[in-house]
Order: sequence, then C-alpha cells, then structure tokens
Amino acid sequence: MTAAGSPALSTAARPVRGGRRLPLSSIGVVPFFVYIAVFLLLPTAIILGGSLVAPDGSISFANFAGIAKPYMAKSFANSIAISAVSAVVGAFAGALLAYAVVTGKPNGVLRRSVTSASGVVAQFGGVTLAFAFVATLGTTGFVYEFLLQRGIDIYTNGIWLYDLSGLTLIYLYFQIPLMVLVFLPALDGIRPQWREATESLGGGTWHYWRYVAGPLLFPSFLGCTLLLFANSFSAYATAAALITQGGVIVPLQIQALLTSETGSSQPGFAKALALAMIVIVLVVMVLYTLLQRRTAHWLR
Amino acid sequence: MTAGGSAGRSRVEVRLEDLTRKYATTTALDRLTLTLAPGELVALLGPSGCGKTTALRLLAGLEEADSGRVVIDGEDVTNVPANRRNIGMVFQAYSLFPHMTARKNVEFGLQMQHVGLAERRDRATEVLELVGLSMHANKFAHQMSGGQQQRVALARALAIRPRVLLLDEPLSALDAKVRARLRDEIRRVQMEVGITTLFVTHDQEEALAIADRVGVMQSGHLEQLGPPTEVYSRPATPFVADFVGLTNRIKGVVRDGSVDVRGESIPLVHPDVADGPATALIRPEAVSLATNGDLADGPLVGIVIAVAFLGATSRVTVDLGDTTVLAQMPTSAATLLKAGTKVRLAMRTDPVLVQREEPATTAP
Amino acid sequence: MNRSRRRRLQIFRIVVFVVLGAFFLGPIGAMFEFSTRGNSVNAPRTLSAWTAIGTTPGLGDAIIASLELAAITSVVMLVLVLPTMVWVRLRLPGLSRVIEFICLMPLTVPAIALVVGMRPIYIWISINVTDSILALAVAYVILVLPYSYRALDAGLAALDLKTLTEAARSLGAGWGTIMWRVVVPNMPSAILNASLLSVALVLGEYTFANLLNYENLQVAIAYVGLTSAGTSVAVAVASLVFAFALLLILSFVGRPPVPVSKADEADLQTGRMVSLSGGLIGRTGR
Repeated sequence: MTAAGSPALSTAARPVRGGRRLPLSSIGVVPFFVYIAVFLLLPTAIILGGSLVAPDGSISFANFAGIAKPYMAKSFANSIAISAVSAVVGAFAGALLAYAVVTGKPNGVLRRSVTSASGVVAQFGGVTLAFAFVATLGTTGFVYEFLLQRGIDIYTNGIWLYDLSGLTLIYLYFQIPLMVLVFLPALDGIRPQWREATESLGGGTWHYWRYVAGPLLFPSFLGCTLLLFANSFSAYATAAALITQGGVIVPLQIQALLTSETGSSQPGFAKALALAMIVIVLVVMVLYTLLQRRTAHWLR
Repeated sequence: MTAGGSAGRSRVEVRLEDLTRKYATTTALDRLTLTLAPGELVALLGPSGCGKTTALRLLAGLEEADSGRVVIDGEDVTNVPANRRNIGMVFQAYSLFPHMTARKNVEFGLQMQHVGLAERRDRATEVLELVGLSMHANKFAHQMSGGQQQRVALARALAIRPRVLLLDEPLSALDAKVRARLRDEIRRVQMEVGITTLFVTHDQEEALAIADRVGVMQSGHLEQLGPPTEVYSRPATPFVADFVGLTNRIKGVVRDGSVDVRGESIPLVHPDVADGPATALIRPEAVSLATNGDLADGPLVGIVIAVAFLGATSRVTVDLGDTTVLAQMPTSAATLLKAGTKVRLAMRTDPVLVQREEPATTAP
Repeated sequence: MNRSRRRRLQIFRIVVFVVLGAFFLGPIGAMFEFSTRGNSVNAPRTLSAWTAIGTTPGLGDAIIASLELAAITSVVMLVLVLPTMVWVRLRLPGLSRVIEFICLMPLTVPAIALVVGMRPIYIWISINVTDSILALAVAYVILVLPYSYRALDAGLAALDLKTLTEAARSLGAGWGTIMWRVVVPNMPSAILNASLLSVALVLGEYTFANLLNYENLQVAIAYVGLTSAGTSVAVAVASLVFAFALLLILSFVGRPPVPVSKADEADLQTGRMVSLSGGLIGRTGR
C-alpha cells in the first residue's frame, strides 16, 4: 500500500517543487540552448526532415534511393576509398613520427617543435593546402620541374595530382600530424619498465612488440585510424579548390547540388547525402570513442 | 613448497668485478666489486645517484658496463643480453603488463621459455599462492592495490625459476604500513625459495630489516659492506654513519686512539687516527640522560628543549649551550622529561668514528 | 638499452625526420618559390605577385571581412559559452554531460553536411535580416564550439570555481562581478586559447562561406587563383603565415613554464590536453 503509494505521491509532488525551482536555476543556460536549438539542432532537423521530402513533395525515402544510383554510389566509394587509404597511410606514418618523437628527450626541443608544428599543420587545409601542392607537384610546380630536369617524369601515366591519388597524397598533409597529436599520448603511456620486464623474463624485441606493446597500442592505433578516416571523409575545401569539375567525392556532389539548377529542383537529395555523411561519421566516431575508452586503464 | 625451482638450483654465487659505468657527465659506477654468496640477500643502500640502481641494471643486463665483469654461478655473463640471463626482476612500480591478468603476467615468462600450457598454469598457480594472491589471479593491474601489484610482480619474477632475483626499490611507491608488511613478505619468500637476491633501496630501515648484508654506496663505490648490525653500530666512514641512522656531531679531541668529548673519553673504531681536534659521530641511543645526582653546571649538563614521541622510543633534544644533542631512549624512560628539565648527559663508550674538519668529500 | 639497439633507433629516427620533414616543408617552400616567380621561365625573381595583393579588387574587402568575422565569432563564442559553462558547474552540475555532448556534436556533423541544413536558414536571414557577410559569424560559433569548449573546460578544471565563487559571494559580489572580476582574470590563457583557436579556424574557413555565397578570405583566394595564380598563392602564403603565427602562440600559451619538479606531471597533462584537442583538431578548414 505504502510502497505503491509513495512513488505516486512523489511524482505528484515533484512538478510543484521542480516547477518553481527549474526556471530560476536554469535561466542561466537558456541563451545557450536557444542558440544551439536555432543554429545546430534546427539545421540538423532540416537535414533530417528535408531528406524525407521527395521532389514531388511527398514524404518518402526516394532521396535515399538516389544514393544507390551508379554515379553517386561511385562517389561514396571514392570518398570511402580516399578516406581509408589516407587514414591508414597517415596512421602508419604518423605513428612512426610519434614513435621517433617519443624516443627522444621527454621535454626536449625536438618534441616540443614537432607537437607544436603538428598542432598547426593538422589545421592546415582547404584552398591554401591545394595551392601548396599545385605549387609543388603541379605541371609548373617546383618539385615536378626539378625532377623533370633530371629525367624523371612523375606524370608519365597522366597528371594524377588532380584526381583521387593526388587528393589522397594531399590529405596526408593533415592526416599525419593529426595522428601524431592523437597517438602520442598512447605512446607516452607505454612504460620503459614493460620492455625491461619483457627482457628480464626472457623475451626479445619481437616478443615485446608481439605480446606487450602491440596489443597495448593496437586499440588506440585503430581508434586513431578511425578518427583520421572521419577527418578526411568530412573534408571538402581542399578537394573543392583542387578539383573544379565533377563530383568525384560525396562533398563535391553536395556542392554541385547546392550550386546547380538540378540541385534546386531536388532539394531533398542534398539533405539525404548530408544525412548519409553524418551517419557514417557518427558511427566511426562512436567506434573511436569506444576504442579510446578501452585503453584508458592501460595507458595512463 | 618448491616454487622457484629446487632450492639447490637457485643457490648460485653472483660476482660483480670491477664494474665501471660512465654517463656523459657522471660516473655512475666506479670499479664496483661485490660478491653475493649463494642464497644471500644483499641490500644496496644509498642516496639517489649513488650508483646502486646502475649496479642492479648491469647485473640484469639492461645496461652495458664500460669495463668489468658480471659472473653468475661461475659463468661470465658480461656480454649476455638481458633476455638470456635468466634473472628475475621486480621494478619500482607499474611494471605489470596492464592488458594481462595477474595470472597471464605470471605466465608470460614461462611462455617465453615455451613451457607447455598445463605446466604454465600449474606453476603460475604455485607462485601466486606463494605470494598469497591466488584469489586475485584473474584481476588486472588497475583492479589491484599497489601492494598486490608488487606481489604479482614478485610472483612473475620467480615463476621463471631465475638464478638471481633483483629488486629495484620495490616498496618505494607504497605507503608505510603496506611497505613494512610486504618487506617481511619478500624476505619470507626469498628465504623459502633460497634465491640469491640483490635488493636496491634508499631506505635505511628497509635495508637493515631485510638484508643478510647491507652495502652502503656513495658516488659509485661501496663505502661499507657488512651485516646490518655492523653497518649500524660500526659505520666504516662518516658518510655511512650519517646515512644509516641519526648521528650527533660533537666536537672533540683525538688522543691516543680515543676521542675526548666534553670530558668523556670514547674509543675509536679506527684507533690509528692522528691526534688533534675532530668531530665525533655519536648515535642518539648511545646518549643517556640523568635527572638526578650532580646537576651542577658542566660540559655535560644541559636543558631539554624538546621531546619527540616516536612510539616505543622517544627522542629528546638537549641544549648544551654551544651545541644541541639528540638522545633516543625507551619512551618509559623519557616520561619524566619535558622542555626545561635540567639533565646530565652520559655517553656509552662504544667505539665511534671521528671526522676531521677539512674533508668536504665525505660531506653528504 | 644496449648500444646497437640505440644506434638502430637513432638511424630510424633520423630517416623519419628527414623524410617527413621534406614532405611537410616542401610544399610550403614551393609556395614561396611560386609566389616570387617572374612572368617567363627565365625571368628574375620578383615580388610583383605580392605587391599585387593590395590592388587586386575584392581581396582587401575579403581580408577585412574575415578579420571581422574572426573577432565577432570569438566574442560571441566567449559570451555564449563561458557563462553557461560556469553556471552549469556551479548550479546545474547534472547538465555538464549534456553541455559537453552538445559542444562536441559539431564534430560528428561534417561542415559540408551542416551547411546543407544551414542554407535555408541563411536564405531566410539574407532576405529578412541582413545580407552582410558578418552574419556568417553565428554559424562559425557552432563550428568553433568543440575547440573552444575543450580549451575553456581545461581552464575551468584548473580553477576551484566553487570555492572562488563562494568566497566572492560572501564578500558581496553578484554574478556579473564574479564572471567579470573573478572567473575571467583567473583563466586568461584558456580564454586566449579558445579565442586564438576560433580566429585561426575562421580565417581558414571556406566551406560555409563558399556554399552560402559569401566572399570571405579563402573564397577570395580561390577566386583570385582562377585569374592570377601568383597573387593568390602570395595571399595564401600570407594567410598561412598569419595562422601559423597565431597557432604557434597558442601552442606556447597552452604550456606555461613549469617548475622542474612538476615537469613530469605537467607534461602528462599537456599530453592529455593535446590528445583531447587533437581528437577535435582539423575538421573545419577544409
């Protein structure tokens, strides 16, 4: 009787108490939530809702069917391929650089310079980055001309700088430093005692990497690779500045839809693409967080 | 209990001969020679940077000597890499592999030796039992206390049935109470296994409590090596006297193999000291205080300025006018003393060390 | 560590630094080289591309617009986020996870996707409110939210906010005074961090501006690049150097000098901070 009665009592009482207190103490966060509602939640809602509005105005999943069309599926495949390759290569190169840094003096000049520079370069992207590579490897670029004068033509099979392989190479420019930043703490968590313990227990370098350092670092490495994937999957400006024609990757398809006539005739399609991107990045980021959490105990 | 192998197999002699190790700017070890008898536990004691850890790491093979030899059981292992020396090592802290359970940690060395699965399990169970951790075999390092982690580390080191056990300040990261208990535990296990052991520490109490012999180190060489009682009561050098236990420094005059301190004559440990002024190093517990009898002013009469209660003993600070002296006594004997009490000092006539004024080299 | 292993490690490190160093410094050097080229192949070095920056139409306006946007974004971000974070810490600690989640949300929404949802809002704004480019600032606040949140959160974590405010209130201070005279002066480097990050991000922003039809610095650079490659590269170098300078300042402000005894601990903390911010870094400019 009482057991059944008391919850009802408390729920009945709460609105009165809470109703008085809630506005008072939550008034401080109202501006923030209003701002977020208008400029973050509303756009997200527009994407969500708009993606369900078919060109004829009806509510349907027609827009998502468009993703399956060959040219669009190809863009998704390209986006995923370029992100995967630049993430994996960037992760390995960044991990090597991070390892080279971490084996130096803990507070040395080298370490400070590399981490500072990584923080800067990881932010570097867009138009400027595209120009930098055009000035380096473009057909009038410094390095291209330098190599050509020595009889090496890097474009014997066509000018790849402006297609997917070029874009992948350019993405490495921000992927590697990002990897350094996110992977360095994991490497720092590796204690020299573990290597020495391995040795005193009869293990060599191979055993150390195979049974100790490898398993310890792998989840973190994988998580960082996922983060890099999300990073290049979301990238748009570099590709936009480099590739002026065609929707090679999904962001460029979105751009085309936003700026062209065909796009304005089917506004829901761009939203469906945006939603697909958000879902992919969201899944990847959740996996990243889970992997990071897994190693949190180990690498403190 | 047979953990750690048959006792006979474990009892090997270890010799460090003339070991020298220089770093860029400092000499960490300066021609160190030290022999550990089979089954013996030697504690190397000294301040940080004295070379004790370097000595242990050279023995483990984790560092290479510039010159000198390491001989284990008659075999020269100077150029044998760490992973072929078959030496068990316990580190200061955080040495357990964090992604493995206690049991997996213990089995790791056996896995390196290609010991079969069933035997691996049996031996891991055995050593975990030896260190009293059977119940925690499936826990990870972050689920255990610091003391438990160090027990696992000890079990892991012993599981490979090493020829020698090395302990590198294994208790320094623990709090006081756990430290004392684990210290006794380590000693019990070591005696049970009968393994030759080198124990490195900066804590003199720990070294005195655990070791068969204590080696006091400074600036890369041994100042004194001997049983704990000897190191404590007959320090070979002023540095040892200072580092091991508290010491009063009282001015006196050396004459014919003894030193006159404020009218009392005390024999010297090394009687061949030239006559002349010197500082006598006298243990606080060699000083006793009397509150009755002749309290007329004299060189040995002073006033108590502080009484520190340390538990079973108390430490009393006496102002003699030109200097202060510490006296340590059973608390029961100190109950009558309080600040302001007039007392007469008496010094036990155990042999003492003296220090000349000039040598700055031995100053800590 | 034995000597042969140490030698192998040294060789490995040198190879890594040389190879990656060339990869990272090469393009920047090439840009400098490109921006000082003459008109023909054998023409002498010239700064004409650089001097043309001032005379290129539209460029000056875009530079000013971007700087204004950077300033407005920083201010709005601070005014919006900092008091909210302080308030939540003091009065509504239960909400702190919600705030964190919201602030980090823009990371899982690629800018190129978010702009799709922003477009209708901006069309409405340009018709009904203003067609000034400065309207972009409100969207930029969302973009910089995760970065500023992390910077401010680190600063607030280092303060004993509760004790500080209780002390201030016991001395008769109101909430405004507490924010302005107690909180802000106690976390200057965190506030500077958050602001500089915002500035750097806004100066490099291209996606929103381009797709919402505004001409900010990056859009202008891309546009100039179509007609005068040399000048656009020169501007790109200049903006890059400016952003580098800002971020370098930031990386040193972020690590105040610490006493030697605390060095290890501090290093650990900066390591953590880098890892946190690293997880966030680099999603906006491109």
